[in-house]
Amino acid sequence: MTKKPTQPAPWYEIVLATLKANEVKLVVYVPDKVFTPLIKAIHADPYFIAFTATREEEAIGIVTGAWMGGMRGAVLMQTSGFGTLPNALASLVVPSQIPALIFVSERGTLGEFNLGQALVCRTMRPVLDSIGIETHTITRYDELEFIVDRSIKQAVATQAPVTFILSPLLTGGKVFQH
Amino acid sequence: MTATQSGAVSAHNAKVMNRFDLTQRLVAQLKHGEAVIGGIGNANFDLWASGQRPQNFYMLGSMGLTIPIALGVAIAQPQRHVIALEGDGSLLMQIGCLATVAMRMPKNLTMVIWDNGLYQITGSQPTATASTADLVAMARGAGLANSAWAGDEGDFDRMVAGALKGGGPTLIAARIDHKPAVGATDRDPVQIRERFMRGIGVRP
Repeated sequence: MTKKPTQPAPWYEIVLATLKANEVKLVVYVPDKVFTPLIKAIHADPYFIAFTATREEEAIGIVTGAWMGGMRGAVLMQTSGFGTLPNALASLVVPSQIPALIFVSERGTLGEFNLGQALVCRTMRPVLDSIGIETHTITRYDELEFIVDRSIKQAVATQAPVTFILSPLLTGGKVFQH
Repeated sequence: MTATQSGAVSAHNAKVMNRFDLTQRLVAQLKHGEAVIGGIGNANFDLWASGQRPQNFYMLGSMGLTIPIALGVAIAQPQRHVIALEGDGSLLMQIGCLATVAMRMPKNLTMVIWDNGLYQITGSQPTATASTADLVAMARGAGLANSAWAGDEGDFDRMVAGALKGGGPTLIAARIDHKPAVGATDRDPVQIRERFMRGIGVRP
């Protein structure tokens, strides 16, 4: 009798393990439906200090302070939340050279049902490009760990923020419900 | 009697004081390498003018993020006391951060609010605190029970001394006059950040 093949770890467990492997202890987030299993898993793991901020730029401020105090931090948000960030990125994170790790659950594409999300989504990459923030859109499970792991190391080594846009191709996204 | 204990001092009967004077009084009480995060504008400028301690961080942009940055430092370094200096206009911009602080209840965080009822640096337009909003009431509503107006300079000194004992997050609000700041910071964000990280022992 052959052994039953083990299920591969879901995407969010890969993200969690990669954060941990890179000593990213602090996770501050504004909730997102698609990120819910990631958020739950992080809260369930005592390694992490995890809590909500009332606004995405507040989360950026908190991880900036933590980095300056010697602790690595990541922020989680959805696409529409990214829309609150340009000032905090352009006037704090980029000029101060803070390796903020920004995870965005991508809304607004591949089956979006909310026009507002679709429009904010179109602003996201041009904003990131215009202020020179390294950005990876992650669509493939087999590339997830490599991209996140190497990019966290690069962010810390080069003292520069990085954005991970997690595509519905990876996470399943949010499906329209009647 | 202290305002913290009695709650007797309100925004309306608190003495109008001077930000640079109070900043100097605050800094004079810092003996244990306390980190100070200065908010954009005059809070920063008077902190700079009070003496450039290596444990000071001067926030040059990102209006409203002083307290979030201070909270981050306080989480990363629970043994070090962290003080945020913020203006009324800036706090109004990111008022939700008080709810976040209350949720976390860091023992080592003090928030000092300079309230002159003005967006002073942009042309002295009135903020909502000039007429209707009470930042101490808002802080208490957010869950920060230890929030109070400083009645006068002596009261401010006592409140700072109490806050530095580290019993929990404290918010001290001071009504201040319309005098401009005494100095102005350097404008190099990397140098400011690097000096701060050395100052609080993160960098060798």
